[in-house]
Amino acid sequence: MKNVTFCVIKGSSPLFYAGIAISIIFIALGLYSAYNMEHHGHIITGMNNQIVWGLPHVFAIFLILAASGVLNVASISSVFRKIFYHPLARLSALLAITLLIGGLCVLVLDLGRPDRLVVAMTNYNFKSIFAWNIFLYNGFLLVCILYLWFMMERRMQQYYPTVGLIAFVWRLILTTGTGSIFGFLIAREAYHTAIMPPLFIALSLSLGLAVFLIALLIDCRETRCSLGENILHRPKTLLGVFIAAVFYFVFVYHITHLYFTGRHGIEYFLLAGGGVFTVLFWFGYIFLGTILPLLLLYHERFTHSRSSIAFASVLTLIGGLSLLYVIIIGGQAYPLEIFPGMEVTSSAFFDGASMHSYVPSIWEILLGISGIAIAALLTVIALRLLPFMPRSLADKDIDESLT
Amino acid sequence: MLIMNIDNTQNRRDFIKTTSIMAGAVIAPGVMLYGVSQAYSELEGVTSDKRWGMLINVNRCTSDCNGCVEACVKEHNLTEEVPAAIKPQWIRKVGLRDKQTDKEYSLPIMCQHCENPPCVDVCPTGASFKRADGIVLVDKHICIGCRYCMMACPYKARSFVHEHLNDQNQHSPRGKGTVEACTLCVYHIDRGEKPKCVEACEKTGHKAMIFGDMNDPESEIAIALKKISSTTLRADMKLNPGIHYQGL
Repeated sequence: MKNVTFCVIKGSSPLFYAGIAISIIFIALGLYSAYNMEHHGHIITGMNNQIVWGLPHVFAIFLILAASGVLNVASISSVFRKIFYHPLARLSALLAITLLIGGLCVLVLDLGRPDRLVVAMTNYNFKSIFAWNIFLYNGFLLVCILYLWFMMERRMQQYYPTVGLIAFVWRLILTTGTGSIFGFLIAREAYHTAIMPPLFIALSLSLGLAVFLIALLIDCRETRCSLGENILHRPKTLLGVFIAAVFYFVFVYHITHLYFTGRHGIEYFLLAGGGVFTVLFWFGYIFLGTILPLLLLYHERFTHSRSSIAFASVLTLIGGLSLLYVIIIGGQAYPLEIFPGMEVTSSAFFDGASMHSYVPSIWEILLGISGIAIAALLTVIALRLLPFMPRSLADKDIDESLT
Repeated sequence: MLIMNIDNTQNRRDFIKTTSIMAGAVIAPGVMLYGVSQAYSELEGVTSDKRWGMLINVNRCTSDCNGCVEACVKEHNLTEEVPAAIKPQWIRKVGLRDKQTDKEYSLPIMCQHCENPPCVDVCPTGASFKRADGIVLVDKHICIGCRYCMMACPYKARSFVHEHLNDQNQHSPRGKGTVEACTLCVYHIDRGEKPKCVEACEKTGHKAMIFGDMNDPESEIAIALKKISSTTLRADMKLNPGIHYQGL
C-alpha cells in the first residue's frame, strides 16, 4: 500500500490572493447588511408577515445541507471502507466544518434578535425541532473536528473508524432534523410530509459532492497536485446517482400531493401557475439542475472532460438553490387555507390573495452570499495552515490495491 | 480545673444563646419576605381550573363594523405607518362567501389560543408559551425573532415587528425583532375585566363576542356553547382552539 502524503497550499498565486480578497469583501458586505437589518429592522428586507423566511434561509439551508453532504466523501472512506477515497477524506471533513459555519452565520444574522444568541443557547424547548438542531449543528462541528484530528494524528488512527461512524450517523440525523423543520409544519400544505427528511438527505448528498468536486478541482490547480482520471471518475459517477436520487424524492413528493385532491391547489401553484416558482422549478431545478448535469456526467461525448465535471457540479448547485427557493419561499407564497369551502372576499391581511409576493432585497442577497464567502475564506486559511491536500492524486500514486 | 469548666460551660451557653438570637434576627425577615413573595403566586397564580375562550356569533358581526380591530389597535398602539404586508395584525376582519350557497359572512380572526398550539411546539427557546388558563403568549425577553412560530401557525395570527417602535403603551410593550400576537388583553383578564375587542363589540351594540371561562359551567360562554352549535377554524387539525364561531 502506497503512503499518501499531504501538503499545505503554497499561497503565493494570484488565485489564492484573489480568493481571499473576494471572500473578505463579500463577508464585509454581508456583515454590513446584517448591521443594517439589525439597525433598521427587517423592514429593509423583502420579507414580511406572509413570507417570513426569505433568501437568507435559502442560502443558510443550502450551506447546511452541503456541509452534511460533503462529509460523505470521508464517510465512504472510513465507514464503507473504500480506501480509494482515503486521500480525499481530510478535505471532505474540513469543508463540512467551514460550510456549516457559513450557513449558521447566515441563519443567526437573519434572526430578529441576533444579539440574543446566548438566549438561544441557554433556553431550550425540547419539543422544538429547532432546539434539537442547535444541538445537532454544534455537535456536528465537534464530531467533525474530532474526526479530522483522528484522521491527521497518527496515534489516534485506531479510533478513526469509530469516530467516522459517529460522524456518518450524526450527519444523517442532522439532515433529518433540517428536513423536519419543514416536515413537522402542519399548517402549510407544501410542507407537512415525512418525505422532507429523505429529500433533504438526498439533496445534501448531491450538493455536498458537487461542492467537493469544485473545491477539489480548484485546490488541485492551486497546489499543482496532479489529479488522475480514476480519482475523478468515481465521485463523478456518484454525483449523477445523487442527482437522480434527489429527482426521485422530488418526483414522489409531487406525485403524493397530486394524488390528494385537497392538495391540487398547491401543486398547480408550484408546477404551473406560480410564476417565478414555476420557472425556477422547471428551468432552474429540472433543466439546469437535473437534466443538464446528468447529460454532462453520463453522455459519452462529455463524460471524459474535466470541464464537464466542473460545469455539472456548478449546475447541480444552481439546481439545488432553485429547488430550495421553490420549497422554502414557494411553500410560504401559497396562501394558507384557513376557511376550507369558503372564498375570501375581503381581508386586511392578504387572506384572499392567490399568491404572496416576495422580492429579495440587496441586503438579503449580500447576507446570503457572505455565508458562502465565510466558508470559502475559512477553507482557504485552513488549507494554507494545515496539510489537508494530498501531494498527488495522480493515478500512478493512488495504489490500485486501494480500489 | 472544675471552676474553669463551669465558666467554660456558661460561656458556651451565652455564646449559643447570643448567636441564635442574632441569626434569628438576620434570617427571620428574609424567611418572612420569601413567604410573602411566594404567597402571592400561590393564591393568585394562574391555574388550569380556568380555560379562557371566546364565542363569536358570525350572524351578529357586520362587514361595515371594524370596532374590535380599532379597539385592539388603540389598546396595543399598533399604529406604525408601514406597508400592509408588514403591518401588525393582532386581529383582522375577514369577509367570506360560501362557495356552495353564496352566503356571505364577516368575522374577526385573531390568535385562536389553541389547546395544542403549534407555535409553542416549534419555538426553540420556549418564548412562545401557553399559560395554564389557555392563553397563548410570547415572552418578548427570550424571543430571538426566528419566526418559526409564524411558519407553524395555521391561522396567520402572528406578526413580526419589522421596524423600530416609538411611543409604546406601557401596559403592552412590544419589541423590534420579536414576534407578537393577540394576548387576549391578558392584563385586563387578570384584573377580572374583558379583552378590549369584546368590550368594543358590546359598545357597538352588536354583541357578537362572548368572552369567559369555558370551564365554569355557570359562565355565559359555557352556557352558550352548550346550547348552540359552534365550530372552530381548521377543526381538522385538532388544535382545539379557544376561539369558537357560531353560524359559520
